[in-house]
Amino acid sequence: MPEVHIRKIATQIEEIFHEFGPLPERPLLRGAIIAVIANPFAGGYVADIAPFMEDLKPLGLSMARRLLADLGGDPARIEGYGKGAIIGTAGELEHGALWHAPGGYSMREVLGAPKAIVPSTKKVGAAGARLDVPITHINASYVRSHFDSIEVGLNDAPRANELAFVLAMTTGPRVHNRSLGLAADAITGEDGLR
Amino acid sequence: MSASIRKIAVWVEETHTEMGRPIVPPTRKAVAVAVIANPFAGRYVEDLTPLIDIGAELGALLGERCVRALGIEPAQAQSYGKAAMVGEGGELEHAAALLHPKMGAPLRVAVEKGAALVPSSKKMGGPGQDLDVPLGHKDAAYVRSHFDGIEVRLNDAPRAGEIMVAVAVTDSGRPLPRVGGLAHDQAIGKDGLR
Repeated sequence: MPEVHIRKIATQIEEIFHEFGPLPERPLLRGAIIAVIANPFAGGYVADIAPFMEDLKPLGLSMARRLLADLGGDPARIEGYGKGAIIGTAGELEHGALWHAPGGYSMREVLGAPKAIVPSTKKVGAAGARLDVPITHINASYVRSHFDSIEVGLNDAPRANELAFVLAMTTGPRVHNRSLGLAADAITGEDGLR
Repeated sequence: MSASIRKIAVWVEETHTEMGRPIVPPTRKAVAVAVIANPFAGRYVEDLTPLIDIGAELGALLGERCVRALGIEPAQAQSYGKAAMVGEGGELEHAAALLHPKMGAPLRVAVEKGAALVPSSKKMGGPGQDLDVPLGHKDAAYVRSHFDGIEVRLNDAPRAGEIMVAVAVTDSGRPLPRVGGLAHDQAIGKDGLR
């Protein structure tokens, strides 16, 4: 299978002190990392794309490690995660789906095997496209306080022949969460849902 | 008055290849943004001294955040820039007060030296709007390889009563500079120009 050719890596970290309400004990951190790589399947239909997932694993792992480091380096502090992909216009939506396995694997690997599915989104887009990456609690998808999203995008990517793969992590719930539902301290954390 | 900060966001971009050519080492740009309350939103205030002082505070804070995000020593910084976007309840002059009188000196401490003018831009704008931060060589404004810019944007800022303040720092120029002019290693860096 083709090699992974990285054109660019970008990170973004937000530190949220408040949103016009009471200050949290610690500011919420929300982070994302984007890797812009060549799309080896751009320009035509290729039937057998699945083996590329294995090639993407080392990239995913290095992205997850770097994102964790940018968020302070302590896996125990990470409470939410998500992932996403923007496929350049010479590719197809299915190419973005190649990120499901390596993206999820890499975050589980660095975060101590959390239980919940990693929420995701994907779309075909041109350079400058914005992607709203969904975020949910790492151990129980129904934790309402942790439903969130992070907007990412780069003015110069993805070009037509590129893929932009994204990983996202947060250190806690929405800063002034108060819409009830399952609370993070009430989960059993066994089935990944509650 | 010190800044009332709602959020801080930091982005880092690395370019590893461009037009198929490896960039070794990768060029790197960082930009740090603070979203602050605009103390003068909604009314005309003649004396902008409080915003001028906030500008000094943010020059240090955001400059240091960029240097830290790049993982460099201050002296390794090569170019810089600054910009502000004022939410609709304020006026353009508020950006000028933040950026021009006092931001430069503490920013220059953060990047060690900085003989050159800090290039800047300003505008009024709302949440989700792009702000392009110009970049220029920090010690010799005529270094042509380092004329650049970096785009920032936050989907939730600036709200009407807020101002988004950005400082950008790099440890490199454009990925493949080849339009001549003064080069980084030829710059004297005394008069801020050459």
